[in-house]
Amino acid sequence: MGQLIPLDSFGVTEHDVLAALGRVKVRNVDYADLYFESCVSESVSMEESLVKRATKSISQGVGVRATAGEKTGFAYSDDLTRQDLELAADTARYIANSPAGTQPIPVPVRSRPARDLYPVSQDQAEVATEDRVTLLNRIDAEARRYDPRIKNVMAAFNTEYKIVMVATSDGILIGDVQPLSRLQVTCIAEEGGNRQIGSFGGGGRIGFQFYRQGDRYLEYAKEAARIAILNLSAVDAPAGVMPVVLGGGWPGILLHEAIGHGLEADFNRKKTSAFSNLLGKRVASDVCTIVDDGTLPGRRGSLNMDDEGTPTTRTMLIEKGILRGYITDKLNARLMGIPLTGNGRRESYQSIVLHRMTNTFMLAGESNPEDIIKSVTKGLYAVSFGGGQVDITNGKFVFSASEAYLIEGGKITKPVKGATLIGSGPEILTTVSMVGYDLKLDEGVGTCGKEGQSVPVGVGLPTIRIDEITVGGTQSQR
Amino acid sequence: MSDMEPTPRTSVKKQGQSLSDLAHDVLAMAKTHGATEADVVVADGENLSVQIRLGSVDRLSKAREKRLGLRVFVGKRSATSSTSDFSPESLRRLVSETCTLAKAVVEDPVSGLPAADQMATEQPDLDLYDETRLDTDRQIDLAKRAEAAALATDERITNSEGADFDSSWGRVVLGSSHGFIGDYRSSSYSLAVSPVAVDPVSGSMQRDAWYDVRRKFHQMDAPEAIGIEAARRTVRRLGARKVVTKRVPVIFDQESAGSLLGNLCSAASGYSLYKGASFLAGQLGKRLAPEWFTVYDDGRMIGGLGSRPFDGEGLPTRKNTVVDKGVLTSYLLDTYSGKKLGLPSTGNASRSVGESPSVGPTNFYLSPGTRSAEEIIRSVKDGLYVTELIGFGINMVTGDYSRGAGGFWIENGELTYPVEEITIAGNLKQMFQDIELVGNDLIFRGRIASPTVKIAEMMVAGN
Repeated sequence: MGQLIPLDSFGVTEHDVLAALGRVKVRNVDYADLYFESCVSESVSMEESLVKRATKSISQGVGVRATAGEKTGFAYSDDLTRQDLELAADTARYIANSPAGTQPIPVPVRSRPARDLYPVSQDQAEVATEDRVTLLNRIDAEARRYDPRIKNVMAAFNTEYKIVMVATSDGILIGDVQPLSRLQVTCIAEEGGNRQIGSFGGGGRIGFQFYRQGDRYLEYAKEAARIAILNLSAVDAPAGVMPVVLGGGWPGILLHEAIGHGLEADFNRKKTSAFSNLLGKRVASDVCTIVDDGTLPGRRGSLNMDDEGTPTTRTMLIEKGILRGYITDKLNARLMGIPLTGNGRRESYQSIVLHRMTNTFMLAGESNPEDIIKSVTKGLYAVSFGGGQVDITNGKFVFSASEAYLIEGGKITKPVKGATLIGSGPEILTTVSMVGYDLKLDEGVGTCGKEGQSVPVGVGLPTIRIDEITVGGTQSQR
Repeated sequence: MSDMEPTPRTSVKKQGQSLSDLAHDVLAMAKTHGATEADVVVADGENLSVQIRLGSVDRLSKAREKRLGLRVFVGKRSATSSTSDFSPESLRRLVSETCTLAKAVVEDPVSGLPAADQMATEQPDLDLYDETRLDTDRQIDLAKRAEAAALATDERITNSEGADFDSSWGRVVLGSSHGFIGDYRSSSYSLAVSPVAVDPVSGSMQRDAWYDVRRKFHQMDAPEAIGIEAARRTVRRLGARKVVTKRVPVIFDQESAGSLLGNLCSAASGYSLYKGASFLAGQLGKRLAPEWFTVYDDGRMIGGLGSRPFDGEGLPTRKNTVVDKGVLTSYLLDTYSGKKLGLPSTGNASRSVGESPSVGPTNFYLSPGTRSAEEIIRSVKDGLYVTELIGFGINMVTGDYSRGAGGFWIENGELTYPVEEITIAGNLKQMFQDIELVGNDLIFRGRIASPTVKIAEMMVAGN
């Protein structure tokens, strides 16, 4: 079970919370909630072999929200006095156009999440600055030892320890402790005026020990160095339509961009998604089954409960190519009359709840990954990516490879640089002809941005073959 | 976003104490905890944001915020911290922990505050603040008018992602152990509309948007004008298709040219440069572009969205010529990155409250040429006019550039049909060399702005 968070850790009483909820939950308000948050984040970073930056940030506050029909009213405060709560409540209920009421609110039953996906005690999550410094220094040495052409190593270790408490007008009072950390290494390699970059990292809702297991942090350093060195010999990417093989793990960003955002319920309720009206219809080939799963232990995208106090779940998005479901928060589940999936998330108490993905991945198929590569006469094999972006309405998405190779005659040949893939969300997965048995989740570095809010997410993918996608390089194929 | 601009915060006065008194107290506390130098940023403000969709209120959000950021030096060791809790006990703990943190990192010989004699001595009024407070109903009305105008423009506009009106007011106080104390207020008002159009034949949808953002409310375009422009931009995308992969001239409209200029701005950042992470490393004094290419960064532009009287370290802002007639003449630097490169600060320190300074643009723009956008389009026989860029396919170390694009195909000097699901690729170094024409249509809608730009040739990938 998760932890039971005492309300007084936010300096408020149950009476204050009930009073504020009562003030906001007036006649025309369907639902109201208060979201208390206290967060401490720390970051230590290194460059030029010097661990020279250390930052600590403390924030605490409350967000008050009311929904009435399709309307949302929201206010927040970083002071937690009764007056601040009342002021925020008055602002939030402005949308309801009804007078302050004294509607009885069910006395919330204080509870804790039914499970704990990230049982990291505070002392496991808090890392002494000296230990962070030692870790980063060793990373620097390891990356430089990998190859003398590595000229600079930049690394950052970030941790966050967030305590949240949600009180709702439907009688929930539940809290969660959400640790999160990430270690990121970037190397710059140089040879005769040619400079290239390589990055690697990992993390999750885990303790410091994770990075030391099997010298994982040194592996990050070696990987970043390897990619930078590899790119020194990379050739310019081809341009045009061709088959592309995606490697396992992080290339799952394809699912996140191409279909995940398009399956967020609000866009479909508003009929502004390229996936609107496609429920029950074929949107992928029958080898594709895709889920969003917030219940994986320790993963970056996992949560015991979402930011509305709903337990996270595993949601079937696409089953054997057929669109099965959307991810929802309370507002959209209610308005659309579809199941609540526990995807209501917010960056902080300062942001409104949006439904967001957790860990989005494709289930393993039956193909041997080697056979998938052998099946391509001329194409691209992409194993790592930078960022991606999508236009929800027309469904067009792009994502950019940071490690990719040409496939020639069924064999992986030269590394290529500067390859961007562009496609159409509702169409791209219909051209997936092979899915490997090697499902891999990413290392735990993903952050998704939507409407200016960033939240940690995960992705995963087995090796897959896409028969046709446009590769945006500079080298003409004709 | 790293900058010290009004992340909206308000003047919450604690026991009658002003923000500058608070800054002063925290600096004194830092000294007693062993800091040899320190600076502190206090920001507060308020924000009101409304979103309308299909004529009714979708979201309403109101906030007051405050935050204090501290940077301490213990000799040549440094750490930063921030908090939203201004209680004396909490601040004392923060100061103490920050000093402890600083003692745990290594010495950095280059670190430290700017020299005391370089700090800004005058703080000109750059006309950044408008007292106009719009109440909730007024903002709702303005957003409704804009969306209604968009919906009424064309019958193919049948849906909407909504219209947003945001207003914010904030104040920033910066104090340092040199005795510097600076303070300015700023405001901003923005209105954005995002209509959705449906193709009556294919049923496919397109969305686009238009917006205005100003320091002063009365300078804003009329809501109806913003709505009509949003509708025009959306409807013209209907029926977009892919094109055949080929190498052609590419014209960037004002918005997408602004994005190119943003790439130049990132590459000129001192932090990217001293790390060797920019394709502009070692290029100072060298020819970057043709002689009709001149770029300024002007921190003192009256009413500018990027203007400020002093930068994130308290140094005076100024107008820098970044590219002079095609030659790279200045990087964007703060004290630290400048020292790493052996150069003085250019007054471009940008400060997000909780972090050590970084470098950012003020008002960064390409000086306009003489040709109109229409004339530039007329100069192309077969090519691409880019109105939208998506994705992050830019490698700042090498300049390799490959992004998703949308826009219009140009045939014989005229825009013919809309195009999408294509990429444009090249290398930024080459792209700047290949700039053939610069338009006369410079308009500021942000801190980075550009007129229309034509690049001689790029690879367009489609079918």
